[in-house]
Amino acid sequence: MKSAVIVFPASNCDRDAAVALEQMTGKKPNMVWHQDSELPDVDLVVLPGGFSYGDYLRCGAMASQSAVMRAVKAHADRGGAVLGICNGFQVLTESHLLPGALMRNANLKFVCRPVSMTVEETQNAFTRKYANGQEVSFPVAHGDGNYYADEETLNRLEGEGRVVFRYAEGQNPNGSSRNIAGILSEKRNVLGLMPHPERVVDPLLGGTDGRGMFESLIETLS
Amino acid sequence: MKARVFVTLKNGVLDPQGKAIGHALNGLGFPSVGEVRQGKVIDIELGETSETKARAALKDMCEKLLANTVIEKYEIELKA
Repeated sequence: MKSAVIVFPASNCDRDAAVALEQMTGKKPNMVWHQDSELPDVDLVVLPGGFSYGDYLRCGAMASQSAVMRAVKAHADRGGAVLGICNGFQVLTESHLLPGALMRNANLKFVCRPVSMTVEETQNAFTRKYANGQEVSFPVAHGDGNYYADEETLNRLEGEGRVVFRYAEGQNPNGSSRNIAGILSEKRNVLGLMPHPERVVDPLLGGTDGRGMFESLIETLS
Repeated sequence: MKARVFVTLKNGVLDPQGKAIGHALNGLGFPSVGEVRQGKVIDIELGETSETKARAALKDMCEKLLANTVIEKYEIELKA
C-alpha cells in the first residue's frame, strides 16, 4: 500500500501518521506539502491532526481551500481512500467530502485523553479487520470535535451504515450528535474521525487498538 | 467600497460559547440577560464601485469561505 500524508502549516500529527504508516506498511509515506497541486501515485491519502493555518476562521476552513485539496478531492472522486484524523476530519467536512460540521466541544474544554468507542461498521476499507461492535480505545485531543449535522443527515448516515465509530455510552467527550466519532462518505472511501488511531499502533505508546485500521487498509489496498 | 459581513450560527444550532457568555453576564450582576448567541464580524475593503457586483462577490465569498453554511448564516452590509 502506497500512502501520502498531507502537511499543512501547523499540522502536528503528520509525523505520528508517517511513523505509524511506516511501521505498519514497511514503506515510508510520501509527505505532500499543502501548496503542491498534484499527489504522487498512492492508494491512501492521510489528512493528519493539528491546527492547520492556526485554526483561523474555522478549524479546517483555510486548509480546505489549499491547492493540494483539489488533488485530494480528485483522488476521492476516483474512489481513492482518504483518511482524515482530527483536524483532518475537520478539513474533510469543510471540503464537503464528508457531511456535517465539527463545532466547539459542548463543555468548551480542550479534551485530551483515551476514549472508548464501538466499531459500528466493518464493511469498508478502514475497519474490516475489527469485529462488529468491538470496543476500542483511541486517544482524543481536540477542542472542536462536536459533530453536528441536521436530523435528516444524521438519519441518512445511520440508515446507510456510515457511522463507523461511536463513543461508548457515557464516554462522549465533546457533545457530538448521537455519540458520533467517525463517519464514512457515501462511496465509503473517505473516513473522518476525531480520535487518533495512529497514536495506538505500538504498545510502547500505550496501546495497539489502532493497528486494526492500518491492517484493514493494507489488506484492502495492497 | 467597504463591506461588513456578519457570520452567526443558524437558529437551532447549539452555541456553547454564547451560553457561557450568558452565564458570565448573569454572574456579573445582569440577571435580565437571557439567551446569548455569538458570532463573527468580518470587515472587507473591496476595489469595486458597482454595488450589484460587490454584493455578488461577497455572497460568493461567504458561500466559499467566510461562512460554513452547514451551521452558519451570514448577512452582508455595504458602506460607500
